[in-house]
Amino acid sequence: MIVTFFRNTAQTVRAINQRYATPHLKTTRLVRICLGMLRGYLVLLIAILVFKFIHSL
Amino acid sequence: MNVLARLYYRYKKLLKMLRLYLLIAGPGIIVMVADNDAGGITTYTATGAQYGFHLIWFLILLGPVAYYVQEMTVRLGAVTKRGHAEAIFHAFGAFWGWFSLLDLVLTDWLTMITEFIGMTAALRIFGVPAWVTVIGACLLMVWMVVQGRYWTWEKLALLFCGLNLIYIPAAFLINPPMHEILRGALIPHFPPGGFTNELFFLLMANIGTTIAPWMIFFQQSAVVDKGLQEKDMVGGKVDTAVGSVLTVVVAIFCIILTATLLPGQNINDAATAAMKFMSINKHLGACLAIGLFDAGFLGAICISLASSWAFGEVFGWAHSLNYKLKEAPWFYAYYIFVLVLAGTVVLIPGAPLVLITLFVQVIAVTLLPAALVFLILLLNDEETMGEYKNTLFQNVANIGITAMIIIVSTLYGISALFPNLLK
Repeated sequence: MIVTFFRNTAQTVRAINQRYATPHLKTTRLVRICLGMLRGYLVLLIAILVFKFIHSL
Repeated sequence: MNVLARLYYRYKKLLKMLRLYLLIAGPGIIVMVADNDAGGITTYTATGAQYGFHLIWFLILLGPVAYYVQEMTVRLGAVTKRGHAEAIFHAFGAFWGWFSLLDLVLTDWLTMITEFIGMTAALRIFGVPAWVTVIGACLLMVWMVVQGRYWTWEKLALLFCGLNLIYIPAAFLINPPMHEILRGALIPHFPPGGFTNELFFLLMANIGTTIAPWMIFFQQSAVVDKGLQEKDMVGGKVDTAVGSVLTVVVAIFCIILTATLLPGQNINDAATAAMKFMSINKHLGACLAIGLFDAGFLGAICISLASSWAFGEVFGWAHSLNYKLKEAPWFYAYYIFVLVLAGTVVLIPGAPLVLITLFVQVIAVTLLPAALVFLILLLNDEETMGEYKNTLFQNVANIGITAMIIIVSTLYGISALFPNLLK
C-alpha cells in the first residue's frame, strides 16, 4: 500500500513536471536578471544556514 | 422637489454600491486582520511596552505597504483565475513552482505551530488545558470549512475578524493619554535613546509581521474561490484597503494597551502581557487573552487554507470551499492533516517551540522575496494581465516596497540566526 502510494505520487509529480516544463512568462532580459538575482540570493541564504548549522555543531 | 429626487437617487445609488461592496468584501479584510496573528499581537505588545507610543507613526506607514502588495494579488487572481501557486508553476516552470510550493508548505506548517502556541497560551490564562484548546480549535476549524459553501466560511471568518477588534473597547477602558497617542501617531520620531539595535530589531519584526508569504497565496486563492471577476476589481481593492486600515487600527490599539499599562517592561509574548493585565484589571486581561486566541485562530484557518488551496491547484485536486467533503476529499484531508500535525507538535512535552518560532522567521525570509518578485513580474506581463498590468506608479511603489521588505526581512532572518551580530 505504501509502495503504491509513493508510486502514484511519483507519477503525479512527473505529470506536473511535464505540464509545467515550459515557463509561459515571456523571458525578457529583465525577467532573466530578476530570476538570476533570486537564485544568487537563495544560494547566499542557504550558505548562511549551512554556516550556522556547522558553527553550532 | 427636484433636489429631494436627486438626494433620493444618490442615496439609492450609494446603497446599491454598499450592497455590491458587501457582496465582494471578504478576502481582503480576512487576510489583513489574520495578518495580526499570534506572532503579530506579540510583536505589537512588545513594541508598546518597550517604546510606548513613540512608534505608532511607523505602524501607520505599514498600512499602505500591506495594501500595495495585497492589491496585486486581487488583480492577478481576478484576471488569471489562478491561485498564486498555480500561477508560479504556469509562468515560471516547475523548478520555481516546486520551490515556492514546498517552501510555502514548510513555512505555513511552522507558522501554524506558532498560532497554536498562541491559542494554548491564551486559554491557559482561563485555566483551559492545552489539549482541550488544540482539539477544540481543530474541531471548530474543520466545522467551518466542511459547510460546503465558501460564503458560509467567509462570513464565519469575518465574525472572528470582528472579535479581533476587541482591543479597541479594551483600550477605552483604561483612559489612555490621548495627547501622547496623537503625538506618537502624527509626528514621526524615534523613542528617547535614539536609533539603537534593539529598536532596529523591533522595527524589523513589525515589518516582518506586516507581510507574510502565506498572505499572498491566501488572498489570490480566496479571490479565485470566491469567483471575483475583472468587474469586481474595484470592490476587491476597497476590501483590501479596508482590511489594511483594520490591521493598523488593531496594531495601534495593542500598542496603546501595553504602552499605557506596562511601560518600560520587557514583554516576550502576548500571554505574559495578558497575565500582567489580569493583575491590574481582570476584564482587560480577559480581553487581551481572548484577542490573542482569536488572532491565533484566524491565522491558523487562513494559513492552513493557503496551503490546501496551493496543493489543490498544483496537484489538480478539486480545491474549493464550495465543494462538499466527498467532492474534494484530498483538499479537505490535507487541510485537516496540517491542522492536526501542527496542533500535535504543541502538545508534545519538551517540543522545541522557541526554536520553531525562530525558524519560522528564517524560513519565511527564503520564500517572501521570491513570492514578491514573482508577483511583480507576473503583474508586468502584458500577455497575462492586459489592461490590468502594473502602471508606472504601481511599479515604482511596489518595487520600492519589495526592495525594502527583502532587505529588512533578510536582516531580520540573519539577526534571528546570529542574535549577537547586531548588538
